[in-house]
Amino acid sequence: MEKDTAAISQRLLNNYDVVVIGAGHAGCEAALAAARMGCKTLVAVINVDTIGAMSCNPAIGGLAKGHLVREIDALGGEMGRNIDATSIQFRRLNTSKGPAVRSSRAQADRLLYRLRMKSILENQENLEIRQTVVDSLLVEDGRICGLITSLEEEIRVRAVVVATGTFLNGLIHVGLKNFPAGRMGDSPSTSLARWFKETGFRVGRMKTGTVPRIAANSIDYSELEIQHSDQPPAHFSFNSAGDYVLPQRPCYITYTNPQTHAIIRAGIDKSPMYAGIIEGIGARYCPSIEDKVMRFPEKERHQVFLEPEGLDTTEVYPNGLPTSLPLATQVAMLQSIKGLEQVRVIRPGYAIEYDYVDPLELKPSLETKRIRGLFLAGQINGTSGYEEAAAQGLMAAINAVHHVRNQEPLILDRSQAYIGVLIDDLVTCGTKEPYRLFTSRAEYRLLLREDNADTRLCQIGHDIGLLDDQAYQKYRGKQTAIEQGVLLLESIPVRPDKATNEVLFALGSVDLKQKMTLAELLRRPELGLAELARLPLDVETQNRVLQLAESAVRDEIQLQIKFHGYIQRQQEQVDRFKKMEALALPEDFEYKGLAGLSNEVVQKLSTVRPLSLGQASRISGITPAAISILQVHLKKMAKKI
Amino acid sequence: MSSKNETIAAISTPPGAGGIGVIRISGSRAFEILKQIFKPHDPSCSFRSHQLYYGHIIAPGLSGKNTIVDEVLAVFMRAPKTYTREDVVEIHGHGNFLLLQSILELLLRYPVRLADPGEFTKRAFLNGRIDLTKAEAVIDLLSARTRKGIELAQGQLSGNLYDRVDSIRKALMHMRAIVEVAIDFPDEDLEIINHKELGQQLESKVRVPLALLLRNAEQGKIFREGITVVIAGLPNVGKSSLLNTLLQEERALVTAIPGTTRDTIEEYVDIEGMPVRIIDTAGIRENAEEVEELGIKRAKEQISQADLVLFMIDLAKGISNADLELFHSIRHKQVILVANKMDLLPTEAQNLSEFQKHTLALMQISAKKQQGISELKQAIFNAVVGNREQWEEGGCAPNLRHKDALTRAYTASKRVLDGLQTGITSDLLAIDLQECLAELDAIIGVTSTEDILDLIFQQFCLGK
Repeated sequence: MEKDTAAISQRLLNNYDVVVIGAGHAGCEAALAAARMGCKTLVAVINVDTIGAMSCNPAIGGLAKGHLVREIDALGGEMGRNIDATSIQFRRLNTSKGPAVRSSRAQADRLLYRLRMKSILENQENLEIRQTVVDSLLVEDGRICGLITSLEEEIRVRAVVVATGTFLNGLIHVGLKNFPAGRMGDSPSTSLARWFKETGFRVGRMKTGTVPRIAANSIDYSELEIQHSDQPPAHFSFNSAGDYVLPQRPCYITYTNPQTHAIIRAGIDKSPMYAGIIEGIGARYCPSIEDKVMRFPEKERHQVFLEPEGLDTTEVYPNGLPTSLPLATQVAMLQSIKGLEQVRVIRPGYAIEYDYVDPLELKPSLETKRIRGLFLAGQINGTSGYEEAAAQGLMAAINAVHHVRNQEPLILDRSQAYIGVLIDDLVTCGTKEPYRLFTSRAEYRLLLREDNADTRLCQIGHDIGLLDDQAYQKYRGKQTAIEQGVLLLESIPVRPDKATNEVLFALGSVDLKQKMTLAELLRRPELGLAELARLPLDVETQNRVLQLAESAVRDEIQLQIKFHGYIQRQQEQVDRFKKMEALALPEDFEYKGLAGLSNEVVQKLSTVRPLSLGQASRISGITPAAISILQVHLKKMAKKI
Repeated sequence: MSSKNETIAAISTPPGAGGIGVIRISGSRAFEILKQIFKPHDPSCSFRSHQLYYGHIIAPGLSGKNTIVDEVLAVFMRAPKTYTREDVVEIHGHGNFLLLQSILELLLRYPVRLADPGEFTKRAFLNGRIDLTKAEAVIDLLSARTRKGIELAQGQLSGNLYDRVDSIRKALMHMRAIVEVAIDFPDEDLEIINHKELGQQLESKVRVPLALLLRNAEQGKIFREGITVVIAGLPNVGKSSLLNTLLQEERALVTAIPGTTRDTIEEYVDIEGMPVRIIDTAGIRENAEEVEELGIKRAKEQISQADLVLFMIDLAKGISNADLELFHSIRHKQVILVANKMDLLPTEAQNLSEFQKHTLALMQISAKKQQGISELKQAIFNAVVGNREQWEEGGCAPNLRHKDALTRAYTASKRVLDGLQTGITSDLLAIDLQECLAELDAIIGVTSTEDILDLIFQQFCLGK
């Protein structure tokens, strides 16, 4: 009797709606999202101390990545709040290059970042954390139903999100030495890697790398270029207040030189990359320093950013110097660089190879095509970057919850979010190198701005039960303020009288020839809301314009009005795009034997299994003619049913 | 759904010497566009659906004045009782391919695009107009037409045109890579050229070659379809003699009585391989006899549609006010001044400066003695085709589809140029560059997003 009770309570204990494997950037977002949406959730992690760890550089954001963080935030994710609370340097990038491509980037205190994230997870209702190694997954009738840990526990589950990062068959290289590891200091996951292969998933090898960490007190900063934080610092989260920002720290800039390059060339035969030991494919946008030197021999110097790793640590991250050269070569190379002549290396740089699953195995919901209820997120899908991982973790968890509840998956499209661009690229085109998002990958960049991520996504975040009410109310208030502001400006006429033209002249603007609204005047590049407030309007109007000029929504209003023409053009493109997306293709569509389609086209369509004609049209090698023919077949089938 | 489809147009009758030719337009904007280019004979007509109306296709001229393109019958058919089940307009014009092509080109200035091969039938099927049992037939048609279209396109694109479009494309991709690398990698230590240099590259590697291609497109059209030259002038200055001389046969009735040619007479001659339709008009003069009036009216219409006018004067008679008046009415056209009867007055030093200001060339001939004729032919060729070497260097004839895309690419390149000059931000610049690039991509049938990333990684050492 007593034994039975123990067994029952054990079974109850080991029964979850959603299990997330891994607690990096994808795993943390996934675990929090599933729990916040009300599912009984478990996060399984090999080492609890590394929850939310930044394995590579201590920074969040940058071009397209900053956009992702804002989108995650607008949907109710954690990354934005976490970096706001633990950042030691904020910068706005591309401020002179136009509203669509402005982006935020922050240096994090590496330790505080992961401690805060861990604490958020620990205090999240519906969420349990366990230090355990998952060896294999259990499948029944093509549907995930449980998992087995290395201690032979069986856990019953209705959906699983795998976010194992570089841990599947991880292999670290330093020089010609190599050893299995998930990241430096942690054991890899080999059984689960085997499970994926044995289950029939198409698995490949990728490679990434990181820099040696050096000691700040061995660096001579006196001659180096300094880069300060923006003042006042901006924020990632739409809901962060300014009051809990940590002290800000600068970065420093130094450069490699011909001597550095000579040292690297002399040691190149001991590079695991050049010696042919590494088989995984690395990313072209994130080459090791030895790659840069060998591929661009004409470049006399390469930039190195010395980034502090935190407030209470001496460790410094020399950004720009990822390397897997032997440790002695790493030290010699570093010490040839200005400011680093006496530098001490605390941790060596290294390369890591790992297994990834071909993302063409995934549906746009990030569920695998082979096994229902199994979702993959992050580097296991062939991506790179904390932000890319977090975005996938969030979406995978939302769809895992929807799967558990028998709801339709949430799929963001390319006109809604960078998250949509990222996932659509992955599941439609696959990837041959670690995939990173760039703003140039987005067709509708002007509509996908950092500043309007809330406009695009807060409603969705709230509807799916992820974005909390407080954040949602804040968003509603902002929307109302913008709408009213634009309406006001569109409704106030300005007459071409002497008084008006005198003010315009003083503002360096040309005369008004005919009656215009304030909104039309605002399109002139030299005029902003503050300038409009100086026009001879009636006092009440003047005050209202002045209020807008000083309000938090000023930039939004100016942007919407000033870029109206371009926004309109992009919107028209989006309308055409949406029409093709709306033409759904059944998941089990039989392409084989369809008249008019070549074997190659049939093959590609059968692999990708696009969900719409729009998605089909983005598969490389699928011609507009093939789409036309597909459209006719679809119509024919729809009628038959 | 069909109501939101893009509006498409095409010539629906096969090319050749048919009596009439039909242009079909399908889509939600078909009717609205018809109303803009079609002037019904009865201005108060109500355009009842499925009813033919008589009238003219008119093209807005540069000066704001409209010109008549063709005399046509037009019918508007309201959805869904149409071939495609969308709103459909048909324009029944003369079978002349040149005329049909002009109407189609006129349409493309509106929000209309050229229909893809088989697209009307495809829409008919998708909108349920064609029986489902015919689906296989529709697919056969689509794939056959597409194959044929591809073969045609490849034929058109083989060699020269492909290379030239591609080199403009590459220049644009290179420019976009530069703009994009600066956007996506702001913290890198890169040497990136400034907007002024970009502007210079745009001019020399994109706009000039695009303009040349467009000119070739015009010229290509001329070589395929010919041009129209009208001989104009007062009665009895030797117009018919000139036509005869050019044809080297007696075709027009030549007498010494003014006004013998009562209607227009047209013939084709070959000048340097270019088919030239030459029209001899009735001599235009005031106070004409009633029987002549119709001929004169037609002559004026012909002149308005001509690519080139040969304006004849009679040196033996001297220049009259009537000559000047008539010249004044045609001088907005491309005009070659032809001074006849040089054999009678070889050294006549008349004051022709008033004419020369407004003419492309002054040619002295004797129609009767066949003097100066080969020089005149050369002048006609040059006036239409321009510099011969330039043409031969171009050596290709993009079709209307290409020309349409090239025109839009050129317009987009102007926006890029304006943007560079006014200093708009990179994100907007990238949009205009991309729009320009997309038009050229469409001609070759490729997309370039991933290629631009490849270019970036090849050219720049990145990886902060």
